[in-house]
Amino acid sequence: MAERNFKIWRGDKKGGGFVDYKVELEPGMVVLDAVHRIQARQATDLAVRWNCKAGKCGSCSVEINGKPRLSCMTRLNQFPAGQTITVQPLKTFPVIKDLVTDVSWNYAQNKKIAPFKPGQKGPDGNYRMMQRDIDRVQEFRKCIECYLCQDVCHVLRDQAKKEKFVGPRFMTRLASLEMHPLDTEDRVPKIKEEHGSGLCNITKCCTDVCPEHIHITDNGIIPLKERVVDRYYDPILRLWRPIGSSLKGTSGLWEKIFRKDK
Amino acid sequence: MDISEIQTIEHDVLVVGAGGAGIRAAIECAKQGLNTGMISKSLLGKAHTVMAEGGVAAALGNVDKRDNWKIHFRDTMRGGKFLNQWRMAELHARQAPDRVRELEEWGAVFDRTKDGLISQRNFGGHRYPRLAHVGDRTGLEMIRTLQDFCVHQGIATHMECTALDLFLDNGRVAGLVAYWRETGRFVIFKAKAVIFATGGGGKAWRITSNSWEYSGDGLAMAYRAGAELIDLEFTQFHPTGMVWPPSVRGVLVTEGVRGDGGILLNNKNERFMFKYIPKKFAPETADTEEEASRWLEGKEGARRPPELLTRDEVARSIKKEVEDGRGSPHGGVFLDIASKRSPEFIRKKLPSMYHQFKELAELDITKEPMEVGPTMHYFMGGIRVNSDTQETSVPGLFACGECAGGMHGANRLGGNSLSDLLVFGKLAGEGAGKYIKKLQGTPKLDAGQVNAIIRRATDILNRESGTNPFVVQEDLQDMMQKYVGIIRTADELKKGLEELKRLYQDAGKVKAHASPQYNPGWNAAIDLPNLLITSEAVTRAALTREESRGGHTRADFYFESDEWLKYNVVIRKAKDGNMEVEKVRRDDPPEELKKIAYASLEELEGTKGG
Amino acid sequence: MNPQQEVHPTGCAATARTDKWWLEPFLTGAGFLGFVVYTTWAMLQAGYYWAGSYLSPLYSPLLFVDPNAAGAPPVVHAWFGYWPEWWPSLIPPSPAIFILAGPLSFRLTCYYYRKFYYRAYFATPSACAVAPLPQKDYKGETHLLLFQNLHRYTLYIAIFYIIVLAYDTVVSCFRYGQFGVGVGTLVMAVNVFLLSGYTLGCHAWRHLVGGRLNCFSCPSGQEHPRYKIWKRVTRLNERHMLWAWMSMIWVGFTDFYIRMVSMGVWHDWNTWGN
Repeated sequence: MAERNFKIWRGDKKGGGFVDYKVELEPGMVVLDAVHRIQARQATDLAVRWNCKAGKCGSCSVEINGKPRLSCMTRLNQFPAGQTITVQPLKTFPVIKDLVTDVSWNYAQNKKIAPFKPGQKGPDGNYRMMQRDIDRVQEFRKCIECYLCQDVCHVLRDQAKKEKFVGPRFMTRLASLEMHPLDTEDRVPKIKEEHGSGLCNITKCCTDVCPEHIHITDNGIIPLKERVVDRYYDPILRLWRPIGSSLKGTSGLWEKIFRKDK
Repeated sequence: MDISEIQTIEHDVLVVGAGGAGIRAAIECAKQGLNTGMISKSLLGKAHTVMAEGGVAAALGNVDKRDNWKIHFRDTMRGGKFLNQWRMAELHARQAPDRVRELEEWGAVFDRTKDGLISQRNFGGHRYPRLAHVGDRTGLEMIRTLQDFCVHQGIATHMECTALDLFLDNGRVAGLVAYWRETGRFVIFKAKAVIFATGGGGKAWRITSNSWEYSGDGLAMAYRAGAELIDLEFTQFHPTGMVWPPSVRGVLVTEGVRGDGGILLNNKNERFMFKYIPKKFAPETADTEEEASRWLEGKEGARRPPELLTRDEVARSIKKEVEDGRGSPHGGVFLDIASKRSPEFIRKKLPSMYHQFKELAELDITKEPMEVGPTMHYFMGGIRVNSDTQETSVPGLFACGECAGGMHGANRLGGNSLSDLLVFGKLAGEGAGKYIKKLQGTPKLDAGQVNAIIRRATDILNRESGTNPFVVQEDLQDMMQKYVGIIRTADELKKGLEELKRLYQDAGKVKAHASPQYNPGWNAAIDLPNLLITSEAVTRAALTREESRGGHTRADFYFESDEWLKYNVVIRKAKDGNMEVEKVRRDDPPEELKKIAYASLEELEGTKGG
Repeated sequence: MNPQQEVHPTGCAATARTDKWWLEPFLTGAGFLGFVVYTTWAMLQAGYYWAGSYLSPLYSPLLFVDPNAAGAPPVVHAWFGYWPEWWPSLIPPSPAIFILAGPLSFRLTCYYYRKFYYRAYFATPSACAVAPLPQKDYKGETHLLLFQNLHRYTLYIAIFYIIVLAYDTVVSCFRYGQFGVGVGTLVMAVNVFLLSGYTLGCHAWRHLVGGRLNCFSCPSGQEHPRYKIWKRVTRLNERHMLWAWMSMIWVGFTDFYIRMVSMGVWHDWNTWGN
């Protein structure tokens, strides 16, 4: 059977380098299979994360020939025969060992997000939501937290702004909460300040790498940016808001209309 | 080793495993104000729950008003061939609806009915549309909801932290030793109660839908601590796993394909399932292709196609076809939906299956048939627990989810595992809370036990030389696949036990190279004894039960026996250290439950629980 | 193993990618540059923007006109009459100068254009997983680029221009007081169509018509009328990039067509018979 050459980054926090391996090929192999073969016979201490091996858990994210991808969904036959395949750990997160990175920063971001706060239930003890009202939210909830979007986002990857921007993964999480028809929490001020919506310059790489094909930028981040504009940057809305509320004498009403369409 | 140098973390309760059951249990503990810790082998949110597709079974009655907990209970008992723990099946059916509604309150976004309620779908063995779902990614929705909720409950989550063993104080749980995957360092968790939610042990088979984590850790740790295991002979082989290409062998193909019209064909293009309809299902199953097509069109009076028989029946039939030389080129059979449904329909109803085959097998399921074969999927059996509190026979040790046994009897219905983990996760949390309230004095840490646990793990690194742990693991998988498969015989099971003896010895000689930091070789070596205990327990239980029922089929006892319905097979560690198997007589069921389980549907419909 | 090798290459445009990642930013960058060069040239011509009854979109709305310029319309077509006498002679007397900033501002702040020009011209980053131009303190759109948040106002301007261009198209059907159509009418109509498809698929528009709502059926459970509008805008929005390029190229072509007819190079087939 045919063989293929691999260059896999081996090392840890202290440093490392690429090591060459040869793997015997089987039909239908994906990059993760090759890594497993190397692990089982040539390097039992080769560290890699994986679980479901079917693109559902988002554990096996690495960079293959420079592109952030799920290694369990990247078939070898999509690369030209004879080409050496390079496998590296994600760039945005610190290396623990070999292909495994420390992604705990993401879990810390999730914790910063104000949790779901539902309104009152109906008299029969049920919540009612129409399918048309949750279609948007369900798209974001397809996310498998592979963090490929976080890895490719240049704000986190190259601009060293991890303390100012939560990244595309959590912008979609924020969008899924803000657009949830039952939610009553207001996260817009934090989206602008703490979560850093303004740092995204919508170059859309997050959308390009998403294995779940979520329209992160168009459906998630841009709508959030527009909500921030409503609140902070639209001069007419800014002027109108106090006038409107004094006209009506009920400060609550206009707040409701312009601050939170719940 | 001086244990004062080892990192020590104290919790009231430690939950082991962060799948649906583990997180749900931890939430319940935190709610009671307990200092709760949760450890998981992987990252949070990556557990097997994520791979569940079909839905979570709960008699909400949103789609069909006639549904209620009694009918769900009745379906569960019938699916489990009446071997289920009656009380567990009752609690499950009664409480599942509230658990699902609670998830919605925590942010889950299930698909909706036209009235805006949680929608429900049909599934094998469920009388009414009962599975709350989100397309074909229900498990992901559930684990994400639980995960996002639990991070605000003050639970200490320790990720990539693998449990090694429990240590006891006078027979009571005192805590657990674990190690951090990242550093390979050990950590001692002192806890008054420990809840296991560690899943099954499907990784002991070669062809499996389970990942590396499912090495029976909870079963083995509980066993070593003196807890009893129950019903382990019942292993569910899902009839449709992928068989080609080799790299994805075992990956699941959802039952929904058959539910939506997919048919099974052998290499003679024959719809073979018609040959395998068992007598007891014959009255409810179509006997001609013409009738099966009418069922698919929703015509009144038509009976279900034989492809929708229970998972055990279908898996056995596929195996028979392949063995008789009528299999597909790669050792499976053909699952064809392309000839039954339009490409648009398939892409809309089965999006993730469409992509799975497109991307992993380069096969367009809207045009070509899939090749499928049985794959190890789920353990019905597990740690024996009290039905109400989920406490095991070891005081302070609780178990819930797949690693606990009894709820599903001899065969699990699709959709019942997601509701199982919610219901019993919560009950385990409550059980642990009650236990701690009553607990007198804090259990003490015993340095001797801790040292012994750590030594077992470090020996693997310190050996001069030894075998490759991955080779031993593969050896075990091949053995289990060969001797403890879908259809078992006493001869083969005995051969399996012989082989296990050899494998125990091999496992005692494995060597992991390099440092303990994130070292998969070392990690796999540590899991090996757990896999072996699990495998031995399954094999011994299977040898003991001399009948065929649900997920346990004996070629030499090819019948369901009324006598065996009176017994459970229980496994424990004997005083001499060997594995002890006991036939335990079951309690008689409460009259009321018995009445429900054997009642006609008309008697139960529309009674709204009660 | 080579010790201490970097995990990832560093430096401007450093990447481990092996494909032609530079192709897309190069093509889009060159394409837009081509359009800008042509538009600037066409603007500086200050003539040949009128043919029969066709008015070039680059010169509409026509505020002032110098009817003596070659290929200019009669003064009745200008909103404010004759070309101002105080106009400095250094600047070409082109009516396009007054109005091009309008549509330009819309495109400049468009979410799609931002993506492409941040990639193609500012290399932040030029392609995915390619190192961007090094910046000491990247500020994104929070600082100098805050004006991007006013995209919705440029949208209002763009909608006004579309109405004007639609009016131009209708008016162009009446030549010498006689109704008719020609290839030029068609070219102008397609221009209005493409610009509408682009403008009405705008992200800010999508937000304003319905995206800002969290519920399209609350509290009654009945569908809010804004839902259907939002759905349609969403469908256009999904192809925003395609509409952006098609409409931009067609604006240029419309001007070019009218210019060619006006200069007598091309013959316009029409019902007026000239």
